[in-house]
Amino acid sequence: MSVRVGVVTFPGSLDDRDALRAVAAARAEPVGLWHADADLHGVDAVVLPGGFSYGDYLRAGAIARFAPVMRLVIEQAAAGLPVLGICNGFQVLCEAHLLPGALARNDHQRFRCQDQQLIMERTSTDWTQGYQPGQVVVIPLKHGEGRYVADSPTLDELEAEGRVVVRYFGQSPNGAARGIAGISNPAGNVVGLMPHPEHAIDPLTGPSADGLPFFTSVLQRLVA
Amino acid sequence: MSSGSVDVIDTVTLASQTADQAQPYAQLGLEDDEYARIHQILGRRPTQTELAMYSVMWSEHCSYKSSKVHLRQFGEKAPASDALLVGMGENAGVIDVGGGLAVTFKIESHNHPSYVEPYQGAATGVGGIVRDILTMGARPVAVMDSLRFGAPEAPDTARVANGIIAGVAGYGNCLGLPNIGGEVVFDPCYQGNPLVNALCVGVMPVDRIQRSAARGVGNLVVLLGAKTGRDGIGGVSVLASAAFDQDTAAQRPSVQVGDPFTEKLLIECCLELFERELVVGIQDLGGAGLTCATTETAAAGRSGMRVHLERVPLREASMLPHEILASESQERMLAIVRPGDAALVLSLAQRWGVHATLIGEITDGERLVITWHGEAVVDVPPASLADEGPAYQRPMRRPADFDAIRADDAGKLPRPHSATELRDTLLTLAASPNLCSRKPVTQQYDRYVGGNTVLAQPADAGLLRIDEQTQRGIALAVDGNGRYARLDPYAGAQLALAEAYRNVATSGARPIAVTNCLNFGSPQDPEVMWQFEQAVSGLADGCRTLGIPVTGGNVSFYNQTGETPISPTPVIGVLGVSADVTKRIPSGLGNVGDAIVLLGQTRDEVSGSEWAWVAHQHLGGVPPVVDFAAEAALAAVLTDAGAARLLTGVHDLSDGGLAQALVEACLYRRRGAYIELPPGADAFMQLFSESSARALVCVPDNAVTQLRQLCAQQAVPYAALGVVTAAAQLELHHQFTLNLDELASAHATVPTALR
Repeated sequence: MSVRVGVVTFPGSLDDRDALRAVAAARAEPVGLWHADADLHGVDAVVLPGGFSYGDYLRAGAIARFAPVMRLVIEQAAAGLPVLGICNGFQVLCEAHLLPGALARNDHQRFRCQDQQLIMERTSTDWTQGYQPGQVVVIPLKHGEGRYVADSPTLDELEAEGRVVVRYFGQSPNGAARGIAGISNPAGNVVGLMPHPEHAIDPLTGPSADGLPFFTSVLQRLVA
Repeated sequence: MSSGSVDVIDTVTLASQTADQAQPYAQLGLEDDEYARIHQILGRRPTQTELAMYSVMWSEHCSYKSSKVHLRQFGEKAPASDALLVGMGENAGVIDVGGGLAVTFKIESHNHPSYVEPYQGAATGVGGIVRDILTMGARPVAVMDSLRFGAPEAPDTARVANGIIAGVAGYGNCLGLPNIGGEVVFDPCYQGNPLVNALCVGVMPVDRIQRSAARGVGNLVVLLGAKTGRDGIGGVSVLASAAFDQDTAAQRPSVQVGDPFTEKLLIECCLELFERELVVGIQDLGGAGLTCATTETAAAGRSGMRVHLERVPLREASMLPHEILASESQERMLAIVRPGDAALVLSLAQRWGVHATLIGEITDGERLVITWHGEAVVDVPPASLADEGPAYQRPMRRPADFDAIRADDAGKLPRPHSATELRDTLLTLAASPNLCSRKPVTQQYDRYVGGNTVLAQPADAGLLRIDEQTQRGIALAVDGNGRYARLDPYAGAQLALAEAYRNVATSGARPIAVTNCLNFGSPQDPEVMWQFEQAVSGLADGCRTLGIPVTGGNVSFYNQTGETPISPTPVIGVLGVSADVTKRIPSGLGNVGDAIVLLGQTRDEVSGSEWAWVAHQHLGGVPPVVDFAAEAALAAVLTDAGAARLLTGVHDLSDGGLAQALVEACLYRRRGAYIELPPGADAFMQLFSESSARALVCVPDNAVTQLRQLCAQQAVPYAALGVVTAAAQLELHHQFTLNLDELASAHATVPTALR
């Protein structure tokens, strides 16, 4: 059987083609989804890709969450649909309240693109089953607004429930609260992170292939 | 501007009736004889709108009036090339790279706006060159930027440099175009006149090339993209075609404001229109806005065109016809479509959220008629604006100080001798503003988006995969050296060409085409004009010798502050083709145990070098020898060795010589090196000379013989220098040893302006 993974293109999405390529590299069937279509075309999982949806006007992700396709994503995520938000996609998930907290401007105020060491923490989510807890990986990040922020009770809760999926290893690239790079919802089907696993699927075009397990994990989860 | 009330629109009818009315042509930058010629062309005085159109189209920026007599050399001396699908004259040249794919690339300046308003100036510089590439039918796939700022410690440099870098980053990142390389240079000559040269490259199927010609009577003219506002009015005639004075701040309204989100949608919309073959002709709106786009498309098609100007969507309802036509509002394209396709074009644009408005139609005859609520305000032969602008053979004179500067040889400067002095010199240079790490700049650029970046800065060249099935790719490098060009503009242009050519070859790609951005002072200064002619000749001769054509480029004059021009700065971009990007030569040092080999000949050449500048603030003498035969031979060795996968590491030698090449090569993947300089030769000269046609390569033991054979075949000098080591240090036998942390910390020095 073939697992179908949808990638949403919003106006201003940039890494949508990269996410489709990563889905294909994981041997799933990539399906392009259009922001204005209220139709998920029966996909088994959804990726919200990086970019500057709607030009990041108002706030990054603030307009995208109201796109017709998002209504279905929000609805079905509650019913267990695996959803991965990368960078701008993470911002959209926070704006849509599928994940708590928000992404603020980097503490150094500049856009930052670099190969980043990350430590995998929660590997029981739909998107991280292919990793070992404590595994250190190298995945690129590239963002101007990637500083994860939330109030202390929320941060405490995320940590207590083991919902911090991935943290920056070594120096923080953006001043994120408690070094958080990515989190999940309690069920573990919705994951958002600032780094770009789709840019680390082949050492030819990225620093490593360390990002590929994000895309193979969801396959294993769906086939199992 | 007309003598009457501003509410009275100056029409063609009115102009015919008021032949003697005085007009402010001089304030608009037109000469007496140019104004007289307009009278002659029209048989009457121009309307206010026509006058504004002639003034922008005949400006230096649009008409190339001072440069075109010289630029002809690029065509006249061009080597025969089967790969050239579209040559100079269109928005950008197009090269057949095989496998059914064509590549278009071009570099363009946005210097003056970037000084006035650094962020927006640089951002719209990127936006403009991206639209040039889109106009050819290509999907833009990467950008590069060649930047020059004043002294790093000067008070204003931080404003200019940080604004420009953020602007390049902000626009390119938001468009989803990886930035794969470029240059950042600090020199006091750019203090009041920074250089922002942006390069874009695009890829398309060979059968999708678009042309600008507006053809087919009855076809419709569609304006796509952003609404038209008052921003950027007179940008080309005000900013880019005259020298700066004290009032540049007052010119801020002449700088356009960019919106990369709109441009991203415009790109996707246009690509879909191309793919569905809905476009007969297309032109981007850049300098001189709608004036340029309507006149150039009509002239190229030898067509007439009627434009209903009141249909243009405006940001400000009170805009006058001449303002609408001169506006340089960004993110706009003009497309010619068949009437039967118009509904589909408009609906596709709507799907992408792009404004699309039918503003006119192609007509019989060769007149461009622009009406404003039914009244003709323009009635001109479009070619008179687009193609038949003035051309000047400006006076030229060799600079008065030329011989004195060349006689002031850097070879006589005191040199470091002892091991300690050499060690300190290496560290000082590695930490100097032009040689320290470019990371504070390049980490603000997205180099990954698109998923096809194989090599990017700090590699010598950018390398992109353009076909995931065949692994075909393209390499790009952009280089310039204003100091060399100051010493000798002919050689300086050739050295820039040689370096970009060499950098492309270090990736393993084969260089095939050239673009150029020629940044000079005022063409009305005979000494500048001489420098310009020399640089063009040098570049044209060099391209002929190397067998790679110039496919397009840009001239930027009036780069000066008061009477003082910048160092002449020809910036050269070279495009290469890689049959298989998986065979790229890795950057930096190879694996532990691999031999480190210096290819090429080192001469005692330090005039114009970074050492002479950093150690002695000296600029004099004769720049390094240009040897294109040696460059071609070196490139052949690199491409052949790359194709055979013989090499595990590479770095070209350029600014800072072997010393800097070793520093960068060690730090690239943090590998150590043990080096023995060739016996007998002066260690300083070996380390700091900037002789051209050289590269450092790493080769495993089992490939040494093959590499030696390749070098022998091509007569490339081969010198075994040492070996890659597991020790975290750079050891120069009999000289000094530096651990990599020391090197890294020197190289990580951030220039004052960027802190």
